[in-house]
Amino acid sequence: MALLDSIAHKDTAKRHRPWPRVGVSDEGWRQAIDLLAGGRATLLGLWGDAPDVHMALLGEKFDNIAVLTYTCKNGTYPSVGARHPPAIRLERAIRDLFGIEAAGATDARPWLDLGFWDVRHPLGKKHAAKKHAPYTFLTAEGEGLHQIPVGPVHAGIIEPGHFRFTCNGEHVVRLEQRLGYVHKGIESLMAGASLDDAAKLASRTSGDSTVAYAFAFAQAAEAALQIKAPPRATYLRVLMAELERLANHVSDIGAICNDASFALMHAQCSVLRERTLRAAEACFGHRLMMDAIVPGGNARDITADGASHVRNLLAEIHRVFPRLVELYDNTASLQDRTVTTGIVKADYARQFGTGGYVGRACGRTFDARRMPGYAPYDALQFEVPVLEAGDVNARVWIRIREVEQSLTLIEQVLGRLPKGDVRTAVKTKGEPCEGLALVEAFRGDVLVWLRLDGKGRVERCHLRDASWFQWPLLETAIEGNIVADFPLCNKSFNCSYSGHDL
Amino acid sequence: MRKTLFESFTHGPLTEPPPPADEAGLAELAQALNRTARAKLGRSLSIRQVDAGSCNGCELEIHALSNAFYDLERFGLHFVASPRHADVLMVTGPVTKNMREALLRTYDATPDPKWIVAVGACAVDGGVFAGSYAVEGGVKDVVPVDLTIRGCPPNPRQLLAGLLALLQTAS
Repeated sequence: MALLDSIAHKDTAKRHRPWPRVGVSDEGWRQAIDLLAGGRATLLGLWGDAPDVHMALLGEKFDNIAVLTYTCKNGTYPSVGARHPPAIRLERAIRDLFGIEAAGATDARPWLDLGFWDVRHPLGKKHAAKKHAPYTFLTAEGEGLHQIPVGPVHAGIIEPGHFRFTCNGEHVVRLEQRLGYVHKGIESLMAGASLDDAAKLASRTSGDSTVAYAFAFAQAAEAALQIKAPPRATYLRVLMAELERLANHVSDIGAICNDASFALMHAQCSVLRERTLRAAEACFGHRLMMDAIVPGGNARDITADGASHVRNLLAEIHRVFPRLVELYDNTASLQDRTVTTGIVKADYARQFGTGGYVGRACGRTFDARRMPGYAPYDALQFEVPVLEAGDVNARVWIRIREVEQSLTLIEQVLGRLPKGDVRTAVKTKGEPCEGLALVEAFRGDVLVWLRLDGKGRVERCHLRDASWFQWPLLETAIEGNIVADFPLCNKSFNCSYSGHDL
Repeated sequence: MRKTLFESFTHGPLTEPPPPADEAGLAELAQALNRTARAKLGRSLSIRQVDAGSCNGCELEIHALSNAFYDLERFGLHFVASPRHADVLMVTGPVTKNMREALLRTYDATPDPKWIVAVGACAVDGGVFAGSYAVEGGVKDVVPVDLTIRGCPPNPRQLLAGLLALLQTAS
């Protein structure tokens, strides 16, 4: 309880699992902000639950997690973002969704509400929308500056979002993102949904991380209900999660090279991705493995010949991938584009608690599979590769190393897959209960928090994608780089729009 | 690099024979298209993909169409960067309220004759996101739809079957 030792708190929620949730007053809330601003804790999430606001914290050594709950007074709570910038966008989102204000906040602009909804504060006290004031972008001053607006509809087959570049010639002076275009109201649809329906929504939060989201949602629900998925199910969950990581990593490595006009890597990597998805389909009946993980276990077992498909896939990747890595490493024209491009400062990554390869490429060692860890990763051998350079090249190398680690994890799972059922019955407890889960998706940690009512329906569910703490760093990474390197930087981050916008 | 390139000569192509054109799609298209459009569009189609609110699952499978196994371009179908260059808008997702205007503007920027293909379960009627305050509905609730490709997400073979129906109708 090290985190809570230095935070004054009143009561502890009785049925919040596996980590504690405590109520705090102004003093405790301020102490938590002190910890965040002083770099002694990491912000895992900040979300509304009218009339409350919850804040999830991660301890300095990544070994303990706590949720603090502040009950708003007159619809306000003391701003976290005013002293700890990573909270700013979260506070703006809370205001848009709930109408709850962060007192003392420095940015009064909306975030998810772009002025097109019929209602304001859809998750709080709803009322009919009024006309919005025009959105003002942050300014940049200097001679010869010009702006380039991009999106929301982008030139490729990608998600929508708006980027506002201010440039001096070819050099980017400032990038400001404006997101929220794919906001679907997932959290409002979750409220009142059955566990099955809510799991389906969670699986469609970010299509490229459907396994990770279903995994996290199931884990949060299982923690709340105090049930355990059978061992065979958890091992198969790892198989799916690592196949998903593999598919995304190989395709992104190729896509990053493609953005540097090196099409050969892209073509070869796309073949590996396709083979991975085909193996996934042969095992679980769906190429992206959607809806395969459900609260209580898995919707279906691996097919009889699934393991042999995966073994063939591993053999193929072992044969082809090292050669592609060598190709990446030995192509000077490619290295010229990726080395020293889009550098993320280590301090920012630490401050923002940036997860995934973006954080690990600049020295932040966090990986949710290792710390706080979850079954059965604690019983499996794997390394968490970390580099210091923080550039596009480092992010590519982290992904290369993670592909290798995924391969060894999959081998271990196939070698010791427990026998037995893949699903246990979900029994509700007749009383409200809450659960929290942190699962490592390919791009970083996904946080799911939920409260179930006595009948096992979802009362409130919050999903926080790793992108929330990666998008702001992309703004910093592109500074001083040329416009033509933006696609390269952007792809090396590959943040989620849908996972962020919800 | 040489090794990788040479190897491509020794094994056969990975590209697979196409699936038959989607029957349901052909029927849907027969009603939607007139002769002039067919004559103008010919056998080559430029596609502009628009994500109007999807979870990104459909985009991943649309991407896969360009890999060596499906090789979309062999049919004269290719993706373009601007709606002004496009004959076909491939729209995914439930249309969110926040994307409605962007979709309409993209539609208006696409020259006639144009076809609209709604891709994925959400694009049909909003899918699991239907009924949300932030969702307008399916694609047809915002722009006229000529062809629907279902699935969550549709796999590349289903996508290809739908697009081939489009091509057959065009020729």
